[in-house]
Amino acid sequence: MSISQSLPGNNLSVSRSREERRGRRDAIADRSFQIVVAAAGIFVLAALVGAAASMLWGGSEAISTFGWRFFFSDNWNVGGRQFGALVQIYGTIVTAVIALLIAVPVSFGIALFLTEVAPPWLRTPIGSAIELLAGIPSIIYGMWGLFVLAPVLSEHVYPWMNDHLGPLPGIGRLFQGPPLGIGMLTAGIVLAVMVIPFISSVMRDVFLAVPTRLKESAHALGSTTWEVVWDVVLPYTRSAVVGGIFLGLGRALGETMAVTFVIGNAYNISASLLEPGTSIASAIANEFAEALDPLHKSALLALGFVLFLLTFVVLVIARLMLKRLKHREGN
Amino acid sequence: MSIISKARITAFGLAALTCGIAQATDITGAGASFIFPVMSKWSADYNTATSNKVNYQSIGSGGGIAQIKAGTVDFGSSDAPLDPEDLAKSGLGQFPSAIGGVVPVVKVEGIAPGAIRFTGPLLADIFLGKIQKWNDPAIAALNADAKLPDTRITVVHRSDGSGTTFNFVNYLAKMSPEWKEKVGEGTTVQWPAGVGGKGNEGVAAYVKQINGSIGYVEFSYAVQNKMTFATMQNKAGKWVQPSAESFQAAAAGADWAHSKDFFLVMTDASGDAAWPIAATNFILVYKQPKDAVKGKATKDFFTWVYASGKEQAKALNYVPLPDELVKQIEAYWTANLKF
Repeated sequence: MSISQSLPGNNLSVSRSREERRGRRDAIADRSFQIVVAAAGIFVLAALVGAAASMLWGGSEAISTFGWRFFFSDNWNVGGRQFGALVQIYGTIVTAVIALLIAVPVSFGIALFLTEVAPPWLRTPIGSAIELLAGIPSIIYGMWGLFVLAPVLSEHVYPWMNDHLGPLPGIGRLFQGPPLGIGMLTAGIVLAVMVIPFISSVMRDVFLAVPTRLKESAHALGSTTWEVVWDVVLPYTRSAVVGGIFLGLGRALGETMAVTFVIGNAYNISASLLEPGTSIASAIANEFAEALDPLHKSALLALGFVLFLLTFVVLVIARLMLKRLKHREGN
Repeated sequence: MSIISKARITAFGLAALTCGIAQATDITGAGASFIFPVMSKWSADYNTATSNKVNYQSIGSGGGIAQIKAGTVDFGSSDAPLDPEDLAKSGLGQFPSAIGGVVPVVKVEGIAPGAIRFTGPLLADIFLGKIQKWNDPAIAALNADAKLPDTRITVVHRSDGSGTTFNFVNYLAKMSPEWKEKVGEGTTVQWPAGVGGKGNEGVAAYVKQINGSIGYVEFSYAVQNKMTFATMQNKAGKWVQPSAESFQAAAAGADWAHSKDFFLVMTDASGDAAWPIAATNFILVYKQPKDAVKGKATKDFFTWVYASGKEQAKALNYVPLPDELVKQIEAYWTANLKF
């Protein structure tokens, strides 16, 4: 540009062609940049579709053999070549729900404390601690659950639940049963500890994004901290908070090693949360290495596909909820 | 100075590397986790003695069978023997490598190791979930001098497919027609009761934690974890404790000579001192491998194991094969392995 301006006359054509070349080069660079970025985006889509399709393909033998019974039968018998996934689906959903019931309120508390209550010097160390928790490998959580948490629960917590919650009408049935320390409730608790870092760090980040003037106005009108959070911060960040919760749920549904350690790996469906059960991911982890029978292997791949579907359904529900929330907010 | 020493180290390293390539034949095996501890020891000592390397991957019996059939390893290893028909179809040969035992372990307050007694049928009834309390008359009848508590029995089994399970349920099926009919045999079965732990260590951890539990593990895990093992009644009606001697007695009592391709499950062995749930690990090799050099190297390794690997096996609570059986294996090699 500057060259063409400083050199008039016969140099103009040269500089123009140079400019054209530059323009063409930019166009090519722009184009290739688009292609590269688009390829990265398509790669995600291709990986997703490929993973789902290959699991469906691998599991097609089991699904075509058993049809709908594969999803609704609780009979998983390797020797008898009968495969039904109901027990695993049940265990996966129950443990994930327990995890969320514990993790959501705790994460909310952590995020509130960090953004509204904690003195500034304390916020960074606690914030980093949460991020570090998220980085611990799941097998460590599994070992902690089995060797530290399970004995405490079986000696002190579950017997208490047997005596005090067990006789209650209705929900009492959830807390009857042998206090082994290993079972679906223990798995849910371990999962809760694992997903708390995810949910709470999302919540903290979005709470921080709430404009200060909104909060200050509310304070100026005489609101307590709780009222500010409940009536100003939470409505402002609702959609992001729901997104964070579903991120945690997705992680809880697919968690493998930690659950395998503490869920008890038993193929039974019981009303009691203290009884052992199994989950989709732990069943695959347990059996895949020794699945020699093609039908068994196919059934395990079909299980993988079921997990995929579950996660997909969860995501769709999250999207719909967000949409409805936005609709109600009017934007 | 530092540059010179670095260069020297590099040169030395290179020399060592090239030497290694020139001399040693590396062989790879995969399979049962049961023999992994002793296999590691053997391959380290074999490497020191001959500079040949043996790389063993502990991926489970089923994986070992699959890998040798796919031809990705030089030998496979399985706790469950393949039948001669299957072997012939795949062109494989099979021979035993080491003997161990599966032991029932319990955690019941006031019971010392070896102080609780089971018969085979009683053990089957417990694992079927038919006997639910430790003070059940069926258990009390065999254990008159033990103080049995009114505790619920929690059965602990393997959650993953396993050769240990194969040998254990094979024994239960021999002992109880009801077990054979309802549950059957295999590396994975549909357990009528209890909780599942992943691996021997998973079962050991569950049994140690759950009061009133009963499980089954490889003997070496029971020893390492100082677990309360049971005394069992064997085929001869005698009460025996798990030990190298009782496993050896079971191996000696087995009829290897008349078992084609060593296709024999050693459970419920005859002999006064025989442990009833002794287990054998089997090695699978190709009768005509693609790479004859590696086939020969594999044979050399197991020749060394039988001749010089006995002490290592004993130290890790395995039982080396009886001399008679080693002779039979060497005759089997001569007859079947064409390289």
